[in-house]
Amino acid sequence: MTGRGIVLLALCGALLLAAPMVADRYVLSVLTTVLWFAYVGQAWNVMMGFSGLLSLGHALYVGLGAYASAALFVHFGIGPWAGMWVAMLAATAAGCFIGFLGFRFGVRGVHFALLTIAFAEVARIGFDHLQWFGGSGGFFIPVAGDAGNDLLNLRGSPELFYYVILALVLAALALSRVLLHSRLGYQWLAVREEPEAAEAVGVDLFRARIAAVAVSSALTALGGVFQAFYFNNLFPEQVFSMGRSIEIILPAIVGGIGTLIGPILGAFILTPLGELLTFLIEATGFDLPGLKQLFYGVALVVIVVYRPDGVWPWLADRLGLVRRRGEDA
Amino acid sequence: MPFDYYLNIAASGLLTGLVYGLAALGLSVIFGVVRVVNFAHGEMMVAGMYGAVLLAGLLGLDPILAAPIVAAVLFAFGWVLQRGLVNRFVERPEHMQFILLLGIATIILNAMLMLFGPDSRNVMVPYSFDTVEIGPLLLDAVRLRAGAGAIVVTVALFAFFRFSRTGKAIRACADNPLGARVVGLNIDRLYALTFGIGAAVVGIAGALMTLLVDSRPQLAPEYTLLSFIIVIVGGLGSLPGALLGGMLIGFSEAMAGFLLDPSLKSLFSYGVLIVVLLLRPQGLLGKRS
Repeated sequence: MTGRGIVLLALCGALLLAAPMVADRYVLSVLTTVLWFAYVGQAWNVMMGFSGLLSLGHALYVGLGAYASAALFVHFGIGPWAGMWVAMLAATAAGCFIGFLGFRFGVRGVHFALLTIAFAEVARIGFDHLQWFGGSGGFFIPVAGDAGNDLLNLRGSPELFYYVILALVLAALALSRVLLHSRLGYQWLAVREEPEAAEAVGVDLFRARIAAVAVSSALTALGGVFQAFYFNNLFPEQVFSMGRSIEIILPAIVGGIGTLIGPILGAFILTPLGELLTFLIEATGFDLPGLKQLFYGVALVVIVVYRPDGVWPWLADRLGLVRRRGEDA
Repeated sequence: MPFDYYLNIAASGLLTGLVYGLAALGLSVIFGVVRVVNFAHGEMMVAGMYGAVLLAGLLGLDPILAAPIVAAVLFAFGWVLQRGLVNRFVERPEHMQFILLLGIATIILNAMLMLFGPDSRNVMVPYSFDTVEIGPLLLDAVRLRAGAGAIVVTVALFAFFRFSRTGKAIRACADNPLGARVVGLNIDRLYALTFGIGAAVVGIAGALMTLLVDSRPQLAPEYTLLSFIIVIVGGLGSLPGALLGGMLIGFSEAMAGFLLDPSLKSLFSYGVLIVVLLLRPQGLLGKRS
């Protein structure tokens, strides 16, 4: 990254840190949503972007993380900081199981993507019938009221949640950067680009892929924990839905798959775009169900046709933020 | 519980499965030749359903008679889509094709939602409540006709690919695009034709489906997933496999809905998918790649 890039990045970071001081409630809630998608997009990117494994069922890991931590809190009074380990474990176990099934039997590409959808759908229908988790009627975490900020139990003001998710995004960014420049990271890239060649030089494909799934699902589960405690309600129909899985992958695709900044940039493009559309629809009074999603679809097609590598590589190149395309992006 | 009961459930599940199979056939044809996964498949199917609903409402046309008209419209749509957008994605990575078709699916789905609203619409035919007795079986007339329609279209499709020159050319494209180009086949035209045929087939499946279920835009993603499951279970690129997979899924849905809980029926389909992916990843009738 060039000096200009680092300065710009630091400036953005400082702006985000200072945002709660100037932003009102609405802007803060939008920013929190943006950061949430940036975070889970980053987590998904570890699988697709770094290792070339297309997962279309990441809602499964979000949901498992959310339900595990929420159930521990409601049923046993175990707070999120302890519960998150169980959440991560549950999601990682599920991820590794799917990975084990898939990679063992040579299920690749479209087939692997389908396997991930299938498991997310199975979880959706399953949780609909699990009464311990509230079933299809939903699972609720009691709202704390105005008892002040309780970081230990993750109950409190929007500002608290904002800083928690901001910390998660920065941590995920740092972790991705470290991983990408580690031995494992180079193995992932090799596996993504040319599996046969990677195997020939001694990379254990199975282990590298399982590692990618494990890291990605564990990170995603944390997003789920945050979601559970931020929204205080969970419905299988929403949490595990195919639509949610797609929402999770869009930021990374729009921003740039396989890049570090891409998922964050993508989230900052997509969520405000959605808000803007809602605003425009309300302002003009031209409200038809589906109009907003229709625009979303058009935006998707336009982006994938004109910026197939995502917005970030192009933007970074244009503004001179990185030295060369593909390097250190 | 008498045995006849199970037999009836099984038979009606298999008949519904034939229509599922026809829908999956369209997906299989497109993937087998163009090598693009049509993620807007269920959306096209529901478009076919609304086509039949409109024709029934405006002209009082039976869905079976509306099917050819629906097929023609969807053929044109598929052709234009392939020519205009999908064709330039043929050589691109899978996830980009996926995102393109996801965008198209979103557009179709929400356009239908805006045009027709979220409420379900049904088609009434004079034989809606008739039943036909065959031995111990008591079958709905609508289901019998939908199943028969699916078989007719499937046979026609088989004949087209086996005997017609164009059908053979398309198969040549599927086997070896480069070789096909070398012997002078116009690949772009054949791809557009194939996408059109796939869209027409799923449109017919949609028209037939209006005999069995009410049309709602929300059905679209379900049908997309269902078609995927069937194609994978039957074997990617295998036409008989798609039909067999459709019948298997129709059968397991009917049984699960009857024996357990209707809301669990899709769980069974995913169960079948997972088992097949594990034991026979190439699908029941697929060839090992």
